[in-house]
Amino acid sequence: MGAIGKVEGKRNAAVVARIPVTVEAGYHVNSNSPLDEYLIPLKVSWTAKGSLVGGELVYPKASIEKYEFADKPLSVFAGSFEIAAGFKVAADAPAGPGIAAGKLTYQACNARMCFRPATVDISIPYQVD
Amino acid sequence: MRRLSVPAILFCALTLGSFLVYRSSSTRTVKAESLRPPGERKLAPDFALKDADGRTVRLSDYRGKVVLLDFWATWCGPCRMEIPWFIEMQRENRDRGFEVLGVSMDDHGWEDVKPFLQEMKVNYRIVIGNDQTAEIYGGVESLPTTFLIDREGRIAVVHVGLTSRKDIQDGVEQLLQPESKAALDRTLLPAASVRSR
Repeated sequence: MGAIGKVEGKRNAAVVARIPVTVEAGYHVNSNSPLDEYLIPLKVSWTAKGSLVGGELVYPKASIEKYEFADKPLSVFAGSFEIAAGFKVAADAPAGPGIAAGKLTYQACNARMCFRPATVDISIPYQVD
Repeated sequence: MRRLSVPAILFCALTLGSFLVYRSSSTRTVKAESLRPPGERKLAPDFALKDADGRTVRLSDYRGKVVLLDFWATWCGPCRMEIPWFIEMQRENRDRGFEVLGVSMDDHGWEDVKPFLQEMKVNYRIVIGNDQTAEIYGGVESLPTTFLIDREGRIAVVHVGLTSRKDIQDGVEQLLQPESKAALDRTLLPAASVRSR
């Protein structure tokens, strides 16, 4: 899967970064809103936004799936999907390129086992015009 | 962004042993296809971890008992499916020298685990594990990972991932068979004749 596409805009402009995610076939990750309080949600957090402000996240619609190991259906993501992150270019942003950074935390399972929670780095390249 | 890569660890109960059949004095036959032969078992690494009451629990404290050592977590659905089985196994076999010992891999420790234990009415001991514990047991990258440990503290079988209840029960039952009773099924020499030599 490729990198996150560069976002570009003038000062005060609204920009949207799309974070592409693919979960290996046969596995799923909990959605951002699991239906069970003990489950660990998929979550994006920002560590350095640079000249971007905001970063409101829009997660895809989760699938509600029933697994043999759970009494109730679970809210999960599987396959390929995108998370949209809405930013605004700061009013005082210097013109030029930059990088906004964050982390994606997830916890994956298949029908018979689960993996410990993991975190991957996110880098969003941007250009202030 | 990097692709989310879920480690593709194969689900398999390690099939390490030959097909073993034990016959107990009650004539019940237990087949456990996956137990290692005693001579090929390795000693389970010892550890010292705290239980819910803050007491130190060492695996070596359980020497002489058959132990089901379960690496699990509250967020692990397949682990949660097995827990009622383990509760029942603990209740049924405690007096026969069997103990379940759960090692929780929850990052938030007792904050998450204690409410869960109360909710599930867990009747066996739980400790909070850590990376070091996982490391000495081969990494424990996926949960549940369940070790059946014999009375001598040796690993008889490892089940990685959700395993059938019957497979676990059969393994426990086989390990609980007293050596002396198993020996009764073999040739027994009269003690007197042995002493006369």
